Formats: sequence, C-alpha cells, structure tokens
Amino acid sequence: MSAVFEQIFQVGFLAAIIRIATPLAFATLGEMFSERAGVLNLGIEGIMLLCAMAGFTAASLSGSLWLGVLVAMLVGALMGALHALFTVALGLSQHVCGIGVTLFSSGLAYFLYRLIFGQQSVPPSIDGFKPVPIPLLSDIPVFGPAVFNQFTLVYLAIVAVPLAAFVLYRTPWGLSVRMVGENPRAADSAGVSVMATRFQAVILGGALMGLAGAFLTMAQFNAFTFGVVSGRGWVAIALVVFGRWDPWRSAGAALLFAFVDALQLRMQASGLGHIPYEAFLMLPFIFTIVAMAFMSRNAVAPSALLKPFRREER
Amino acid sequence: MSAPLIEMRGITKSFGAVKANEAVDLSVAPGEILGLLGENGAGKTTLMNVLFGAYAPDAGDILVEGKPVAIHNSADALAAGIGMVHQHFHLAPRLTVLENLLIGIPGKSGRIDRAGGLSRLKEIGRQYGLSLDPNLPVSALSVGEQQRLEIIKALFRGARLLILDEPTAVLAPSEVDGLFAALRSMAAQGLGIIFISHKLNEVRALTHRCVVLRHGKVAGRVDDPANTTSAAMAELMCGHEIVPPVKEASTPGASVLTLDGISTAGHAGTPLRDVSLFVRAGEILGIAGVSGNGQRALADVISGMLPPKTGAMTIAGKTVAQFSPRELQALGLGRIPEDRMTTGLVTNLPLADSMVLPRIGTEAFSRKGLLNPAAIRAFAEAQIKAYDIRCPGPMVRAGALSGGNLQKALLARELAFDPKVLIVSQPTRGLDIGAARFIHEKFLAMRARGCGIIVIGEDLEELLMLSDRIAVMYEGRLAGTLSGAEATVARLGLMMTGAEGHA
Repeated sequence: MSAVFEQIFQVGFLAAIIRIATPLAFATLGEMFSERAGVLNLGIEGIMLLCAMAGFTAASLSGSLWLGVLVAMLVGALMGALHALFTVALGLSQHVCGIGVTLFSSGLAYFLYRLIFGQQSVPPSIDGFKPVPIPLLSDIPVFGPAVFNQFTLVYLAIVAVPLAAFVLYRTPWGLSVRMVGENPRAADSAGVSVMATRFQAVILGGALMGLAGAFLTMAQFNAFTFGVVSGRGWVAIALVVFGRWDPWRSAGAALLFAFVDALQLRMQASGLGHIPYEAFLMLPFIFTIVAMAFMSRNAVAPSALLKPFRREER
Repeated sequence: MSAPLIEMRGITKSFGAVKANEAVDLSVAPGEILGLLGENGAGKTTLMNVLFGAYAPDAGDILVEGKPVAIHNSADALAAGIGMVHQHFHLAPRLTVLENLLIGIPGKSGRIDRAGGLSRLKEIGRQYGLSLDPNLPVSALSVGEQQRLEIIKALFRGARLLILDEPTAVLAPSEVDGLFAALRSMAAQGLGIIFISHKLNEVRALTHRCVVLRHGKVAGRVDDPANTTSAAMAELMCGHEIVPPVKEASTPGASVLTLDGISTAGHAGTPLRDVSLFVRAGEILGIAGVSGNGQRALADVISGMLPPKTGAMTIAGKTVAQFSPRELQALGLGRIPEDRMTTGLVTNLPLADSMVLPRIGTEAFSRKGLLNPAAIRAFAEAQIKAYDIRCPGPMVRAGALSGGNLQKALLARELAFDPKVLIVSQPTRGLDIGAARFIHEKFLAMRARGCGIIVIGEDLEELLMLSDRIAVMYEGRLAGTLSGAEATVARLGLMMTGAEGHA
C-alpha cells in the first residue's frame, strides 16, 4: 500500500494537478464573471468544445499556436456575445438559451471539424505547447518542477486569478459587474448601462472559456476529439457555486477538483486494478457533489442571477 | 428672483390610452422644498420618472437653471444635478455602503477611488449631518439608514435637486423627524427638494409650496402650506370634500377574542411576553407601539401562524387547540396581514385566485377535490363590484393592482365571510385618503354589525379615530390599555417609549 502512495505523491502528481486545474480555472473564472453580472451561461460546455476545435484548427492550418489561442478566445467571445444577445438584449430564459448555445456550438464544432479534416482513422494532431521552465523558480525542490516547469498557458491561469480578483473588486468596471448582478435597477439609476455591462461580462467570460478549450487541444492533448471537453464545462458551473462566486475560492475549488481527478488517474494506473476504472472516474464528481452539499449550503448567488432587466417595467 | 433650479413645462406622458400626466408645469427654486401631492395614481411618480429620465415625455420641456436639457436616462439626470430617492430603494444589499456610493463613478488610474469616496462621504456627513459606516454591507442597515444612504448617494453625485418619492411611507415616526431635519438643512444650504407624499400633515410641516396633481393634471397650487388647512388640500387632491366617517356609539357585547398570558419564542422579531387582552363584539381595539415591539408576533399568534409557547387563546368562547390559520379561520377569524404583497396574496396569480385562497378547499369554491372556477370567478366579480376594486377584471394578475385596490380586495375576501373577529395590521399604510377612508368606513360598519376588530398600527391619529380602546405594546408586553376617552397622542407617545405604564 505504501508503494502506491509513494507513486502517487511525487513531482509528477503535483504537476498533473496544476495541469488539470488550468482549463478548469479558466472556465470557472469565465463562468464566474458571467454569473456575477447576473447571467448564467450554460453554453459553457459547448463553447469550450467549439473553441477547442477552432483553436486546434487555426493552429494546425497556420502553424502558429498563439494564433490558435487567439482564435479560440475570439470564438469564445463571439459565442458569449450570442448568449448575451438572447439573454441580455432579448431577455430570454438563461437556462434554455444556454443549453441552446451548448447544443449549437457542439454541433457546429463536429460539423466544421468533419468538413475541414474529413474522417480519418487516426485523428490529426499538432505539435502543441511545450513546458517552459522559469529560471530559478523551477529549481525549487518538488514544488519548482511541478509548478514552474509548465506551459505558458498555465502561468497565464496563475496570473489570471489575482487579476480577476483585482478587476472584480478594485476597478469601477468590476463594481458595475457586481452591481448589475445584485440589483440592476440600482446600477441603472446610477447611470451604469446594465446591458453594456452584462454584455461585456458575458463576452469576457466566453473568451476565458475559449482559453480553457484552447488549452485542452493545444497543450493537454494536442488533438481534437469529440470527447475532449467531457463535462469540464458542467464541472466549472459547479465550481463557481463551490467557490461562492469569488475568483480566489473558485480557483481553489478548481485545484481541489483537479487534486481528486489526478488522484483517481493515479489510482487507475496503480495496483488497484481489481476495481473497474469507471469507479475511479466517478470519484471527482462524487467528491464535487459531496463537497457542494457540505460547503455551499449557505452560498448565496448574485441576487439578480437569471433575472433579465427591462427598464420601463414597473 | 433668480432662475428656478428646475422647471418642467407642459409635460405630457401617456401609457396607452391612460394620460398619466397632462400639461403639467412645475418649478423648484434653490433652497425650496416643493410638495408634490396627489392620490395614488394621480401621476406624481410618473412625473418624477420623466424628470429623472426613466420615461420619455410625449410632450413638454425640462429646463435646468433656465436652459433646456434633454434627459433620456438617469445618467443625463444625474449630470443635470437631479438626484432621486425612489420609494423602493435602488441598493445592492450585499455590497458595502461605500461600494453602493461608488457605483458608476469613474475610478482613479483604473481602480475604484476608495480614498476619494471616503473623503467625499465625510464631507457630506459634515455638511448635512448625514453619516453612515462606509464598510457595512447594506443588508446590515435599517430601512431608515438605507434611505439615508440613498440621499447621500444623490448628494455624492452632486445633486442640486433631490426628489424623494414618498420617503416617509417606510419610516417609523421617530425616523421621520430625523429625515425632516436633514431635508431642512439641505434646503437651507441651497438645494432644491421635491417631496412627494399624500400625507397632508407632513406636507404642511415641511414644504414651502405645493403642487397638487389629480388625474395627471395640476389640480391646484398651495403657496402657504403651513397655513392652509388639511381639509382644503384634501379637497384639491380628491376633487371633493372629505367627510370624516362617523363613529356611532355602541355597547360592546361579550368577548369574542381573549388572549391569556401568551408568550412566544422562536420568532424573527420581538417575542411576546405574557400578553393578555380581550376584544368584545362590536368593539375596535387599537394596538399602538413603535414598530418592532412585538406587534408582528402578536399578529402572527392571533392569525394562527405562530403557536405560542405558553398561554391560551379563545375565539368566540372556544379555546384554540391547534394554532393554524385554517383552524382559526374556521372559528371565525378574519385577518388582513401587514404585507399585502407577500403574506396577503399571490402577486403572480389572478386576483380571483388570491381572493379565495384562504378558503380554497371549502364547499363554496371546490367540489369533490376539484376547483369550481365558475364559483371562484363569480365570487371575485361580486366583490370587485361591491368594493369598487378598480381592475380590468377578476383574472388580472393580482400584483398589477394598486395598493389601495389590493387592500380593498383583501378586505372583501375576509368580510365576505362575516368574521367574528378581524385582525388587521397597518390597514392604510401607503394608501391615499380616499382609499383609507373607504377602509375606515368598512371597519366601522363591521363594528356596528358586532364584529370585534383589532387594529395594529403606527398611525396614532388613525388609531384614535377608530378605536374604542387602545393598548400600547412595548418590548413584547402590553404597557397598558387606555379607553378612547383617555387616550391622546401625547399620552400614547409616552407609553410607547416605556415611560408610562398603565393598568
């Protein structure tokens, strides 16, 4: 048994946690911005898939990984704008439109992928991002190689968390986002455009979801498959609640989920082979449900979440 | 005289076929407190929403210091120096006082300007005597403090004209004095104030000049409100003379409701401590007291929503065994709750459904477990007619009705079943004179028919006018009971503060 644990707790394990957490962190921050402004974006799963596909395609056609990332973010922003058009401008049901966006984006991703790459026996792959060790920091024992010998996108995620907290809590725009998510009428009477603020937040959220998708196909797997997102978007929605709509807590939630996910991967690979691997696959999700049940019972969502805002309505 | 701070000329605004405002002229000079009077639905709020940019007027001009301005939204209004304190506050409860102030204010080098906000807040505190802890979340503030925050918010944005839409409707009497002092200080320093109300005594005490609206038009102007009688102003508002209802002498019969040593626990508000009281047939018992001294617990116990910890209650001679609204209703209790919108009726359902809700399972409205829509509709239609409830019909969403009409509907729903005891809380809060008068008349008619009525209220003049006896609540106990002849505003006021006890 101790051999199992030795195998689990090592540099590779820590690095795996960070790697698994990165797309979750991007997606969770994206969903958090959207929800903080009062817009639930259930399109996240499909947006991530479409962006994963778009980024991969752009990178593979142009040969530039960063162009791929940019395209993924743009597509994400565009899908965010589409969701905002339905839910903010037209005030339609956020649940229904979000699911619609997911179905539409997923379908579009499959369709375009087939159109561009055809049906191949081995899915095409690209030469993805390579780990970039940070001088000095990566020499710290255990922690260094795990955290500071990673993809540039991982570093970007690490920077994105404090940046998101700064934007949300310290800038006038962040205050506007929080205000339109709590009481849009108050924001409106203070001269803040509720519609513009919500659009911006949902679009920013979409771009972050795009980054999450890009990471999957250009750093983690270096190929696009239809199952590449496999529920990570839905998990991000749970993590936002678990993280109580706060950037730091959301990132913490992503790390915790990644820890359990990395753990189950190791357990699959280790000497516990007599248990079907599906049981291990379930672990992170069971963990999420249990953790949510205990930790998020008094989490309070933004008051105006799911509520469209119409001005002349009395 | 210098140019008025704000001038509205010929403002007209229609909603569909309804002319909410028609050719309204109005102006406010610096340092002036203008009263805007009118019944509910007279167009006061619409007019102010036009001024604040929430509605676009169909015709008319707005001039700020003599210059015409176009106000398309609240940002334009704020830029023109117009601030508004809405009846329902526009605050985000989970953000702090400071954050609520800084919303929409450009930051300093990309960041929220906290330091600047704090010093501005301090300055306003010094200048007008309005202060609040900047770091408290708004949810921790009392209603009066939230209103103060709304006023500070307007001043923070450089408002020179402040519009207050029925600011006293949500305040306790003691808070009203504080508000008036602050408003007077602001006017003394050159701000213009528009004070919207239908409470004549307040308007007479505070304002320098009044504009009275009726059916969207200016019905009259009062240049010296302090020396104009309330009756004259009420006549302008209603278009006809208001005669106070006549309370005929009556001999109370046997006790219809008795509370004996009732104490409560496990309630959000102040619990009751050893409360004993009785109401006789054909008698109105007023319950006075500063809000939060156990009135809510009392109302909840009597309506059956809160079982007492100790003590007993009898209705019409029968001891209440099981405290549930349905049980008490079966014993002959009618209730009109304090909050029409939440415990009164279901705002998203048709009015007819709300009107039969407490008796939905009875023979009258259902057969063999199925609703009888025809009977429900017929009942609602009959009540709408009998009580002159102004609405498009029984199937309209209840939430679409005005406060006065909702209260009539609730009254109709209870009185239709001829209760032996009626408990009402704040029966005329937020209602205009006409609607309030109607409610009062109904109470007196019920009294004449031998119903025992308990009226819980904060408006002492109303209680004095209606009640045969008045009990005062203080910290969950009854501080004493006065007969109608003994009771005066001054004496009740003393008892309400716990200064005087009376057996």
